[in-house]
Amino acid sequence: MNNRSTWSLPYFIFLVIFVVMPLLLVLFYAFQDGQGHFTFANILRFFSDSDSLATFALSIEVAIENTVICILLGYPLAWILANKEYNKSAVTVVLFILPMWINALMRTLATAELFSMLGVNLGKGTLLFGMVYDYLPFMIYPIYNILSKMDKSYSEAAQDLGASPVKVFFKVTLPLSMPGVWSGVLMVFMPTVSTFAISEFLTNNKIKLFGTIIQENINSSMWNYGAALAFVMLLIIGITKFIAEDEEVATEGPRK
Amino acid sequence: MKKFFARFYIAIILLVLYAPIFFIGVFSFTESKVLGTWTGFSTRLYTGLFSNENPGRESLLGAVENTLVIALVAAFVSMFLGTVSAIGIFNLRGRKRQAIQYLNNIPMINPDIITGVSIFLLFVFLHVTQGYATVILAHITFCTPYVVLSVMPKLQQMNPSIYEAALDMGATPVQAFWKVMVPELKPGMISGFILAFTMSLDDFAVTFFTRGTIGLETLSTYIYADARKGGLTPELRPLMTLMFLLVLVLLIVLNVRSSRLATKKLGR
Repeated sequence: MNNRSTWSLPYFIFLVIFVVMPLLLVLFYAFQDGQGHFTFANILRFFSDSDSLATFALSIEVAIENTVICILLGYPLAWILANKEYNKSAVTVVLFILPMWINALMRTLATAELFSMLGVNLGKGTLLFGMVYDYLPFMIYPIYNILSKMDKSYSEAAQDLGASPVKVFFKVTLPLSMPGVWSGVLMVFMPTVSTFAISEFLTNNKIKLFGTIIQENINSSMWNYGAALAFVMLLIIGITKFIAEDEEVATEGPRK
Repeated sequence: MKKFFARFYIAIILLVLYAPIFFIGVFSFTESKVLGTWTGFSTRLYTGLFSNENPGRESLLGAVENTLVIALVAAFVSMFLGTVSAIGIFNLRGRKRQAIQYLNNIPMINPDIITGVSIFLLFVFLHVTQGYATVILAHITFCTPYVVLSVMPKLQQMNPSIYEAALDMGATPVQAFWKVMVPELKPGMISGFILAFTMSLDDFAVTFFTRGTIGLETLSTYIYADARKGGLTPELRPLMTLMFLLVLVLLIVLNVRSSRLATKKLGR
């Protein structure tokens, strides 16, 4: 160890104040009533409120569907982009993140208008489309990164040993790229559950996602219940992260 | 044939990704109040954006200014905080390193709304009046991890002895940082800055919860409030179109420059 390790100290303090403390405060407020007494009432209220539970289930469902569609569309795309045979320029890759420079809400509103102009009814279908539209780049990027950095000699070796291209892909390329897929899943799944404006715009307020109820509670100064809902979400994040990490370890093999 | 399919696939997805932007672009050339109704060609929205007689203009341009100021400040602070921290983390070993890397991951994994709500609760708890400063602090929180992650690989590629060499030759740590580390880490710092700037620019949820009640509007919150009232300010259409064109031109210029540099290097 040398003294340059102390350079991380300011950031460590910063992280404690702006990441650790706020998360502890979510817990703190989630288990407190309006008067500041400890209570389980907020959490129990969520589990006994059928509306909240239904919204929660729907959010998870939409998030799973969105994640699966993003993988199915994004993986081949990342593969093509990372393949020198099909794509030689880095510009094509940038083209996929360029739309992100236009405000997401504006793009979402334009998508909704485009749908209504085309006579498509706003509902779950359009919601999913909009979600995929917003989150696809977050899936493409990590997969592209890992595929373009992958050591080509693995797949070449498999090929030399007589594996068919399909087999090479499923036995070598895909398993090696799984960490990229998992980080894509992390970047798509939870944000989908928690979006609030996008679902309002794309369904004309017909469908509420979990993020919307958190926002409504916080904005109407019901911090304790809002915090309890945020706490439920934190639990889900913990679970997904745990599964993703487990899978990553499994696909990477034992950690060195 | 395979190549054709690959290209076709890329083209289709790009077409869908850009459709709403083209849609905004096309309808920026008509006067209609509602997006999607064509009332004949007109450039009045563009002139409206730049003329002083337009009363709605002020608040819109104010929101743009706030967005840019917040993104620039947050990205700059994140770039320096992230770079210095990455160097520190790189020199840490064992549990300490794991712990700080774990903490660094949290803001990236947490959805915006959790980041926003939790930091909001922090300011409520500390009785801090929310406004410009709290928004910037919150943005630095979710931007810095990206800088750390972009600088880290550059540190791995760098020869660790050159910093020590600079110190041995009599440079102060600050000098060695600026003269030796920064030039080596620059590509990572720049990509971290761009990432941070983009994240901040595009943020809605975190700003929404940390801006307080002083009426601070960024482009995102402005658009959200607008849409909730029903109907977007028509001037947003030319504004978005111009912003998009600006980014596009910037990208092309950067790309031409880098390919020129590449050919120059090859020619040497």
